[in-house]
Amino acid sequence: MEVLILSRLQFAAATFFHFLFVPLTLGLSILVAIMQTKWYTSGDEEYKRMAKFWGKLFLINFGLGIVTGITLEFQFGTNWSRYSAYVGDIFGSLLAIEATLAFFLESTFIAVWVFGWERISPKLHLASIWLVAFASNMSAYWIISANAWMQHPVGYVVRNGRAELSDFIAVITQRFAVIEFIHTVSGAYILAGFFVMGISAYHLLKKQHVSFFSKSFRLALAFALIFSLFEVVQGHLNGAEVAATQPTKLAAMESHWKTEKYAPIYAFVIPKLSGEGNLVQILPIPGALSMLAYHTPSAEVKGLSDFKPEDRPPVFLTFAAFRTMVALGFLFVVLTIYGFVIRKKLTEHPKYLRIMLLAIPLPYIANEAGWMLAEVGRQPWLVWGLMRTSAGVSPVDPSQVAVSLIAFILFYGLLGAVAFWLMARFAKKGPAPATAAA
Amino acid sequence: MLETIWFVLWGLLWAIYFMLDGFDLGAGTLLPFIAKDEQEKRLVYKSMGPFWDGNEVWLITAGGVTFAAFPTAYAVMFSSLYSALMLVLFALIIRGVALEYRNKVEGHGWRDGWDILLFVGSAAPALLFGVAFANIFQGIPIDTEGVYRGTLFTLLNPYGLLGGLLFLCLFCYHGAVWLAIKSFGELKERAIIFAKVLWVPLLILAVAFLVASWFATNLYANYLAIPVLWIVPAIAVVGLLATRWFLEQGALWNTWFASSAVAVGATLFGVVGLFPNLLPSSLDPKASLTIYNAASSPLTLKIMLGVALIMVPVVIAYQIWVYHTFRHEVTAEELVNGEGY
Ligand code: HDD
Ligand code: HEM
Ligand code: HEM
Repeated sequence: MEVLILSRLQFAAATFFHFLFVPLTLGLSILVAIMQTKWYTSGDEEYKRMAKFWGKLFLINFGLGIVTGITLEFQFGTNWSRYSAYVGDIFGSLLAIEATLAFFLESTFIAVWVFGWERISPKLHLASIWLVAFASNMSAYWIISANAWMQHPVGYVVRNGRAELSDFIAVITQRFAVIEFIHTVSGAYILAGFFVMGISAYHLLKKQHVSFFSKSFRLALAFALIFSLFEVVQGHLNGAEVAATQPTKLAAMESHWKTEKYAPIYAFVIPKLSGEGNLVQILPIPGALSMLAYHTPSAEVKGLSDFKPEDRPPVFLTFAAFRTMVALGFLFVVLTIYGFVIRKKLTEHPKYLRIMLLAIPLPYIANEAGWMLAEVGRQPWLVWGLMRTSAGVSPVDPSQVAVSLIAFILFYGLLGAVAFWLMARFAKKGPAPATAAA
Repeated sequence: MLETIWFVLWGLLWAIYFMLDGFDLGAGTLLPFIAKDEQEKRLVYKSMGPFWDGNEVWLITAGGVTFAAFPTAYAVMFSSLYSALMLVLFALIIRGVALEYRNKVEGHGWRDGWDILLFVGSAAPALLFGVAFANIFQGIPIDTEGVYRGTLFTLLNPYGLLGGLLFLCLFCYHGAVWLAIKSFGELKERAIIFAKVLWVPLLILAVAFLVASWFATNLYANYLAIPVLWIVPAIAVVGLLATRWFLEQGALWNTWFASSAVAVGATLFGVVGLFPNLLPSSLDPKASLTIYNAASSPLTLKIMLGVALIMVPVVIAYQIWVYHTFRHEVTAEELVNGEGY
């Protein structure tokens, strides 16, 4: 029992920390590649400086994405050995393919990009940043299809006391994986867009490097606007997929207790921390939940009371995570549309710029909340319907896990502080002057 | 048959990992001893710059392949070696961050701090990988449920420690040769001297390990049964002698290729001896994990084989291209205003 709690906390700490860095890698690699492409095609030196400036920040972030990922890869064996032995046939191969297809490509070509400015032709150099962007986004597909398989296992048979692969194509092309991937990378692109806009806003507020940061801001704005709009629509599909496959998660997301037709969404709900039912639920929108989940207002939505307590996920966390993410999602739409309207005269709107500077953490919160919902809402299953989380944990000594958990927290806390301090430092310093040698 | 192919690939992946990451772990370990001033320290960092991350992915792949091809072995091995593996992981984290961040801020305290962390983060994995592999060769106390019946200290037995020292010394030698290739001036000369000095303990440790393996492990059984397999340890031994010869000739790349052969030969020496075990149990032979009772289903092994046969050569091709592109000595000018570290 103790090992279970400690291992869950440790895995949560490790993945959350990993995912502080991953989304920026996914999005900023593309933005930097676009900047460098503009330099390559137009010859405008400012775009080269942009690629270098944002590329620096990208690298500081990327370093931590790599090192925190390695621990994750090995934690399945150290902390979830029963799980690994049971599903390795399917899950392990997805991780191995991710490494051979994607990690090699990105870690090799990021080095080519960093060290190759003077060494290789501009064309190859441009290709290398695109390869990095392509590879990191492809890596996300593999890991997400592994995660989607835990959420919604397909293409397997239970044989020899474990889950064995029966249909590989089904595993990597299932709807859940595709939807989860699209939603996650879009969230990452929003984050990268807000990151670039926020830092640009800082300099625009100070009226320094105005042309440089207006260009950066507008590029990031276009990116963030498209994906913010898209994310709200697509998030809805994500919810419908959850409704179809994970009814307990859906009910927990909404803290929906009573099975009913024309199920409402309450505009304001406070779930109880433990026990059944909600403390407060007011302002119902009749039929909205049935409509969102099943696209017909009369559809019946199962309530949590109809599931045995041991089959329910932790409701409060799941619910709070969902609401936070959705609220932020709508806020991003508002902020980016407003920005689009005033995009030509940004410096005349210091209030907006200040808000955008302060908004940098928000997509981080939305992304982590999304994962909290997906993973906590999956409980008590480790693999939905197939293996409970409690059955997957390693038979190791609790003291070992306690020590490693404390080490993780201290260590990651320090590393995170150093990384963000460094990024803030470089972000504030601004780009190298135009005259400096390339 | 599929299981055997995967066993060979599994051994090769670890061998390539030790060959490649070996030199940058070694260079990181040598940093405090070999570099006298700021310029030389930067040279050490620059010499690893374009390579270390790509090298480390071989570890991720070796881990991933263990998971995919032999999931039970992955599960039991990594949970049994829990504390040792956590130490390796933390060390690799520190090291990666040291490489990425050290030269991002000017300042003595900042740089000296990262230099120490680079040393710790490089020496610890070198040592621990050796300890872990020696223990795998020897067998560890796992029961038939796959539960580990020892502690971290069980692993620190004489044979395990000998393996650790051998790896540490081998990586340092390999790293010194790499520094000799990539650096210039006094550092280059010093690196050559370091290599010459390190070769002696390396030879002693290697001989000691080969002898101790006879008494502590079952590795030689396969060699006695199928004599042609002696080629594998012979590669390591010939590499060890050849590397000293090339060093004397000043043929640095050849020296490095020969020490690569030592890393590959030494790893495969153990792996071949292990066959068909992946993780022998020291408690009960029935509890040993073999390629038969730990393997994935034939379908998974086939799909993975397809991926590996197509992708690994591609990876090797572009990594060779990168080594070729950045094979030059780091220049003084690059140290001042180059990109990267
Ligand atoms: C900037 C980030 C961001 C934003 C604005 C949103 N999401 Fe999200 N959401 C994520 C970032 C995210 C995520 C971190 O990427 C998750 C975690 C797992 C996944 O598939 O994506 C996620 C998961 C996730 C899930 C759970 C999927 C599962 O359990 O597997 C649902 C139902 C939604 N989202 C729905 C929405 C809706 C209706 C939104 C409308 C506003 C929304 N998301 C905005
Ligand atoms: C995509 C690949 C992922 C896989 C294969 C995966 C797998 C797992 C596993 C094995 C556990 C431990 C068992 C459990 O408690 O459920 C877990 C828990 C968890 N994961 Fe994930 N995870 C993935 C991604 C993420 C990411 C990116 C995050 C967030 C940043 C995340 C957040 C969590 C959290 C918060 C828990 C703890 C939930 C709880 O115990 O209540 N996961 N996940
Ligand atoms: C919980 C399961 C996860 C595991 C086991 C895992 C594993 C890893 C590993 C081993 C690395 C280092 C790769 C390197 O050195 O190049 C890494 C980094 C990374 N991962 Fe994860 N990851 C997980 C979750 C995720 C998720 C959910 C995503 C995407 C949405 C993701 C995307 C990335 C990206 C973009 C990086 C950046 C750096 C890099 O790939 O090198 N990972 N991950």
